[in-house]
Amino acid sequence: MARPTSAADAAGLGRGRAVAFVLPALVLIAVFLVFPALWTIYLGLTDYRLTGLAAANPQVVGLDNYTGALEDPRFLTSLWLTILYVGGSAIIGQAGLGFALAWILRSRTGPLRRVVEGVVLLSWILPSTVVGFLWFALLDRDDGTLNALLHTPGFAWLLDYPLLSIIIFNVWRGTAFSMMLYSAALENVPPSHLETARLAGAGVPQQLRDVVFPHLRRHILTNLLLISLWTFNDFTPFVLTGGGPEGRSEILPVYVYRVALRDGQLGVGAAISFLILLINLVFALAYLRLLRGRRRQQEVAAAGGPPA
Amino acid sequence: MISLNGLTKVFPGGVRALDGIDLTMADGEFFALLGPSGCGKTTLLRSIAGLETPTSGTIRIDDRDVTRLPPGDRDLAMVFQDYAVFPHMDVTDNIAYPLRIKKVPRAQRNTTAAEVAARLSLTELLHRRPGALSGGQQQRVALARAIACHPAAFLFDEPLSNLDARLRLEARTFLKRLQRELAVTTVFVTHDQAEALALADRIAVMSQGRMIQIGTPAEIFHRPATTFVASFIGSTPMNLLPAQVTPTALHVAGATFPTPPGLAPGDHVTYGVRPEYMDLSPTERPDAFPGRISVLENLGTHTLVTLESPDTLIQLVVPEGDEPPIGTPAWAVPRRSLLYRNGDLLPTP
Amino acid sequence: MIRHVLGRLAATVFIAVVLAFFTLPMLWLASAPFDDTPTITTSIPDFTLRNFAAILDNPYALGSIRNSLIQGGGAAALVVVLAALAAYALSRVRVPGRDILLYVLLLLSSVVTGTAAMVPIFELATRLDLIDTHLGVVLVVSGGLLPAAIFILKDFMDETPTSYEESARVFGASPLQILRHIVIPLVRPGLATIAVWALASVWGGFLFQFILLRDPEKAPGSVILYTLYTEGGAPRLDLISTFSLLYSLPVVAMYLFVSHRYGFRFHGGIKR
Repeated sequence: MARPTSAADAAGLGRGRAVAFVLPALVLIAVFLVFPALWTIYLGLTDYRLTGLAAANPQVVGLDNYTGALEDPRFLTSLWLTILYVGGSAIIGQAGLGFALAWILRSRTGPLRRVVEGVVLLSWILPSTVVGFLWFALLDRDDGTLNALLHTPGFAWLLDYPLLSIIIFNVWRGTAFSMMLYSAALENVPPSHLETARLAGAGVPQQLRDVVFPHLRRHILTNLLLISLWTFNDFTPFVLTGGGPEGRSEILPVYVYRVALRDGQLGVGAAISFLILLINLVFALAYLRLLRGRRRQQEVAAAGGPPA
Repeated sequence: MISLNGLTKVFPGGVRALDGIDLTMADGEFFALLGPSGCGKTTLLRSIAGLETPTSGTIRIDDRDVTRLPPGDRDLAMVFQDYAVFPHMDVTDNIAYPLRIKKVPRAQRNTTAAEVAARLSLTELLHRRPGALSGGQQQRVALARAIACHPAAFLFDEPLSNLDARLRLEARTFLKRLQRELAVTTVFVTHDQAEALALADRIAVMSQGRMIQIGTPAEIFHRPATTFVASFIGSTPMNLLPAQVTPTALHVAGATFPTPPGLAPGDHVTYGVRPEYMDLSPTERPDAFPGRISVLENLGTHTLVTLESPDTLIQLVVPEGDEPPIGTPAWAVPRRSLLYRNGDLLPTP
Repeated sequence: MIRHVLGRLAATVFIAVVLAFFTLPMLWLASAPFDDTPTITTSIPDFTLRNFAAILDNPYALGSIRNSLIQGGGAAALVVVLAALAAYALSRVRVPGRDILLYVLLLLSSVVTGTAAMVPIFELATRLDLIDTHLGVVLVVSGGLLPAAIFILKDFMDETPTSYEESARVFGASPLQILRHIVIPLVRPGLATIAVWALASVWGGFLFQFILLRDPEKAPGSVILYTLYTEGGAPRLDLISTFSLLYSLPVVAMYLFVSHRYGFRFHGGIKR
């Protein structure tokens, strides 16, 4: 039945009450989310510092912070490290491993599947600070479990391969999301299509190429965009390497933290924060564009991010 | 008694769902609002309930103007298409919910709920959750909940559409008997003409926000006021055939009839005859439609015969065993027919 | 046939490797807390429960769990109440500009991250005198969680047929009665999901708590974990491992509870 207004106001709330219901949430969001974002833009144009003269009376310095950042080799290194980190851990690592797991587990039931899914999920839901220590214990130079296992005592993983370490760490940490998203998506691939391909003699690679990937295209894009966005903003590697040694694992979030709060150059930090905002915006707009036209916005909520 | 006066509802965006509806439903009447989807019948029911606010016009219940009253103050009970039995309450709490709103003490409302439930044979289910009930049981819970608040009138939105075919017949009889016993004014919406004919004391047929015809089931079935109603009512649709008027005769699909008074040559006339009101003749007659038997559909006690002539298809119903073989020529003789000029029924001489 | 067997074998080996990869870091969490003399190496523990007694003696450990509870519970309560009200109104009433509002909310929730807003949030908290307060953490974190929470809850509400509310309305229930009797019980799984998600986010969260809280008396467990060092600067492994285990258990328990109670439906970034 056509009921054009059944959604208009089912409970007889009325506009006034509706606005009153929405307002408190909006105020909180405005003060602690929108306002800081706008302030970032302003602060980025000043020479504001945590301490000293510029703390009391910050001057507007225009785009100096931006030109300064773009000329700072450490910023450019950090940006490059971030790209490697996102590409390696999210796009290749999490998405690849997540899909492989979803594909292999899709036809299995029983304890094995539950155990694998449980362990992968556990690595996702453990508090991030705890996880940091787990990896500390795994990778430690002198007594790390990994060195004990590999009989490579004294091998300093975090010092010699800091970027690789945090990449592998993030794969471990975040694969669960991709695995679950792909598992859910694979359930929507009609079995008859796969059977048709199999009857036609297609091997697994051909089945993936001709049947599975075309069906999953949107899911794959959604997944890549979201995990890239999250990984790009991930501060957790800080607890593992602190950005070191010598900035060799200093991805952008850690760089901002160091510049702004440790070196006290709040203005410069804000400028870089704004650059991060812009990059996030590109990701988010791409993601929303992807969602448009899809009626059941299943993954919309995903924009909220993973539990910390 | 419910009376509607010039009721109009225009939705934002300009859709005119109701267009000047005038209607009076008598006390104790079982009244059907019938029409295809989008005709405005549900909007009308929801306006009576107070879930939609009409753009203009008035609604009176027992001579009280309720047009601007909130739904809860109208002394009505509504049963929704999906029954809206609250899934988080057991049957007792569901039935007693209206009483809870009226602040009836718990003990008393549980007693009332049990009484109403007993009447609808729900006693065994009083402590079940709706998830554990069948569709028919859920419907009865919704009915019980409506009865428990002793309203001035019941409103049912497509009460049978969510039941499967066999259960629907059973529920139909049950509903009719219940309404008779309660003798409370009941308005229900349906898109199923058979349901409307079977249940209602009177039917209002709607199309595009307007009332097309109001009458008893027999009136509506025998004398549909327009070709729209004619094609909508009846389980096998009425044959509606274009007719040519000459000064001496009416020519319809190869048959010739005397021209009734009041028709002039050049009038746009449609000849209507129900499949049930035709006989099959093996020999040619001037007042019969000629054709060749092309399809036979077995309806159990009857067979629906499709007669194919060069420019039209005519359907008629014959008793079982009387079907001629496919391909044979045959003539359909109308027993009872209607004439429409510009879509409106002409008075039968 | 051989290809099939090989494929099967490869899959099994792959699963074994993955299992090892994901389990390896966790083994330490399972063994060290019970070890008499824990090292960083995972080993069969000389079984003891002394470490749990030691953690109780730590001046900040228990307090930090209380702080985590206050901050996490506070944020969860605030987010659930505000998001539920907003989502309900947005789902049921056509407020002008609703679609744009939702779009902007969604954009904000993913664009303004802690990383990007770290500097102004620190500034804001300083000026509002929210540094070193539980309230500061609760407000800042809630502001960040709300857009997504509203979105998810609106999804839940949209899926609930309006006929329940309309039915109650015809029986005379007021909007607040409808909310209390009908809507809240119906979307309880959604509310529970959001509560757990918010609590878990705060429980494991580090950045804001690290920035906003200087006083170790106020610090939550996720920050206190990084203070469990000896005076010489070496990590107190007995305390760290034990505390890690204690600190992880509630989160895992909550997820198990929600997945058991409401089924483990996958819903985008969070599990419901």
